[in-house]
Amino acid sequence: MKNLREKCASPAFTSFLASISTIIIGLLFGYALLFALNAPNANTGMVAMLTNGFTSSNSFAKVLYQAAPLMMCGLSVGFAFKTGLFNIGAPGQYTMGAFVAILLATQFQMPWWICLLGAMVGGAVWGLFPGLFKALFNVNEVITSIMFNWIGMYLVNLIFANMPKTLANYWGSTNSDRTADLAKANPDAMIPKLGLDQLFDSTYMNISIFIAIAMAIVMYIVVNKTTFGYELKACGLNKNASQYAGINANRNIVLSMVIAGALSGIGGGLYYLAGTGQYVLEKAILARGFDGIPVALLANSNPIGTIFSALFVSYLSVGGSAMQPHFSTETVNIIVSVIIYLAAFSLLMRNMLTKAMKKKEEGKK
Amino acid sequence: MITLANVLSCTIVFAVPLLLVALGGMFSERSGVINIALEGIMVIGALAACFSLKAFDASGFGATNPQLAVFFAVLIAGACGVIYSLFLAFAAINLKADQTIGGTALNQFAPAFAVVITWAIQGQGQTQIQIPSWVRITSNTFGLGDLEQGFWSNLIFKYFYLTTPLAVVLLILAYVLMFRTKFGLRLRACGEHPQAADSVGINVYAMRYAGVMIGGFLGGVGGFAYTLAAGSTFASSVGGYGFLALAVMIFGNWNPWTILGGSFFFALFKVVASYSSIIPFLPTFEGVKSASNIYQMLPYIVTMILLIFTSKKSRAPKAEGIPYDKGTR
Repeated sequence: MKNLREKCASPAFTSFLASISTIIIGLLFGYALLFALNAPNANTGMVAMLTNGFTSSNSFAKVLYQAAPLMMCGLSVGFAFKTGLFNIGAPGQYTMGAFVAILLATQFQMPWWICLLGAMVGGAVWGLFPGLFKALFNVNEVITSIMFNWIGMYLVNLIFANMPKTLANYWGSTNSDRTADLAKANPDAMIPKLGLDQLFDSTYMNISIFIAIAMAIVMYIVVNKTTFGYELKACGLNKNASQYAGINANRNIVLSMVIAGALSGIGGGLYYLAGTGQYVLEKAILARGFDGIPVALLANSNPIGTIFSALFVSYLSVGGSAMQPHFSTETVNIIVSVIIYLAAFSLLMRNMLTKAMKKKEEGKK
Repeated sequence: MITLANVLSCTIVFAVPLLLVALGGMFSERSGVINIALEGIMVIGALAACFSLKAFDASGFGATNPQLAVFFAVLIAGACGVIYSLFLAFAAINLKADQTIGGTALNQFAPAFAVVITWAIQGQGQTQIQIPSWVRITSNTFGLGDLEQGFWSNLIFKYFYLTTPLAVVLLILAYVLMFRTKFGLRLRACGEHPQAADSVGINVYAMRYAGVMIGGFLGGVGGFAYTLAAGSTFASSVGGYGFLALAVMIFGNWNPWTILGGSFFFALFKVVASYSSIIPFLPTFEGVKSASNIYQMLPYIVTMILLIFTSKKSRAPKAEGIPYDKGTR
C-alpha cells in the first residue's frame, strides 16, 4: 500500500494527472461554449466530437493518418523544449520537409524512402538557421523561427511555381495552385500501405503512424539514455552551470535545433507522401506545425507521452469535422487552446496536486 | 506619378497597424512581459470592431455619422484587446507561467473563437464579416466634392481611414507616456530590474499589468486598422501581422521612433511586392513565375541580416520573460 502511495506522489504520475485535469477542464469549457452558442444541439455536437473517431474504421484510419505528422511536430517542439528552446519554427521546418519530399517525388521521381530522408534534411536545414543565429549572434530563436517560417513559405511557393513538373496541372489535372497528385505523378513515392488500407477499408491508412511511433521511441532513448541527451537537458536547465561543467552549450543549441527541425521535416514528408493531401500554394503558414506546440505541452515534452497526446489531438480534430453543420470545426481549436493555456501553468497545478496529496497523507498519519 | 502616390498611400495604410501593434508590444515588453499574443489580440480587436461596425450600419447610425461610428469601433476594438490581454497578464504575472506558451495559447484561441462567433452570429458557413463602405474617409468627408486623380489626391485619399491620424496621435502619446512621465520611468524600471523597482516602492505587478493592458489596447486597435487596410471583409485572420509587428518592435529596438521607421520599411516591402509588376523601375525577373514571392521574402531576410549586426547592441529589456517573484528581492 505504501508503495502505491509513493508512486502516486511521483512526478511522472502528478504530471499525468495534471495533463488529464487540463484536458477535462478544456472539454468542459468547450461544452459550455457549445451550450452558449446553440443549446439544443450542444449535446449531439459534443457526442459527435468525442465519438466520431471510433464510429467507422475509416475515421479511425483518419485519426492515425493525421496523428503521424502531429506526433513528429510534437516531438520536434518537445525536443527543443528539453534544451530550453521554444521551437515556434516547426511550421517552417514542416513546410520545408514537405517541399523537399514533394520535389524529390515529382521532379526527380525518387522512391518514398529517399523522399522521406530528403524531408528530414530539408527540415534540419530550416532548424539549423535559428540554432546558428542563437549560438553565434545571440538572436532569440523565437524571432528567427518566425522570420524563417515566412521565408520558407514564400521560397517554397516560388520554387514550386517555377517547376512545372511538381504541379498538378502537369499531370493532367486542372489545378495549377497545388502540387501533383502522387498517385498520378509517382506512385512509388507514396508511403507503403502494406495492405493496411484494405484492413481498415480506408485510403488514409499507411505505415506512417508506425514510423512516427518508432521515432518517438528513438527520441525517448536519445533524451533519457544517452550522454548527449543528458547534456542537452543540462543546457536547458542551466546554461551557465553546464558550460562550467565542460559542456559546449552553443554546439548543443545548434544540434538541438537541427534535430528538432529534422523531426518536423519528417512530419511534413509523412503527410504529403501519403498521397491523400496536396500542398496548396497559399499565403498562409501551414497550421499543422503550430499544432505540434500543444501536442508537446500536453505530453510535458516526454516523447512517449507525445504518442498519446498526438493521438488525442488528432482524435479531437477528426471528431470536430462531425460537428458540422451545427458548429464549425474550429471549436476543437478552442478546446485545444484552452488546454494549452492551462498547461502554461501546469507547474502550478502539479505543485498543488503534490501538496494536496502530501496533506492527505499527513492527515492519515 | 499616380502609381507612386498609390504605393505610398498603400504603404501608409499598412504601416499603421504595424506601428500600433509594435508600440503595444513595446509597452508590454518594457514592463517585462513578452507579448507573443499580439496576433491573437489583433484578431479579437478586429472581430469586435467589425461586429460593432455591422451593428452601426444596421441601425443607420453609421451611414449618418460615419467617422464617429469608426471612432466608437476603435474604442471597442481597444477595449476588447485590453480584456483579452488580461488573460496573458493573469497567466504571466499572477501565475508566473511561461509567457511564450500562454501567448501561443491565446494566439490559437483567437482565430478559432472568431470563426465560431462569426458562424454563431451570421449563420452557418458565413465566415466573413462585411465591412460597410462608409468607413473610408473620402474627399467628400471634407466637403471637397469628387477630386480628379492626381498625385496629392491619390496620396491622401486613396486609402484614408480614421485610424491613420489616430495612429499619429497614439505614437506621440506613447512616446510622451514612456519617456516623459513618472509612469513611463517606473514601467521601464520593472522591465529592466524589477527587484530594484520593488525596493523603492513601485508595485511591479501593477506596472506589468498596466504594460500588458496598454499593449492590449494598441494591439486591438491595430487589428482593426489591419482589417480596414486589408479589404472589405474580415475573415478571422490578420495575416500574420502580429508576428510581423513583433519583428518590427525588435527591429526598432523597443523605441517608438525607430519602430515608426521599421513599420514603414516593412509596409513598403509588402506593398512593393503586390505592386511589383506595375512599378517601372523594379527588376521584373524575366522568366520567373510568381516573382512577387521574392519581394515578399525580402523584409524578413533583411530583418535577419540587420539582427545579426544589431544583436550585439540590442536594447532588449533585461528582465523580459522572467516572472517576478517577490521572494527573489
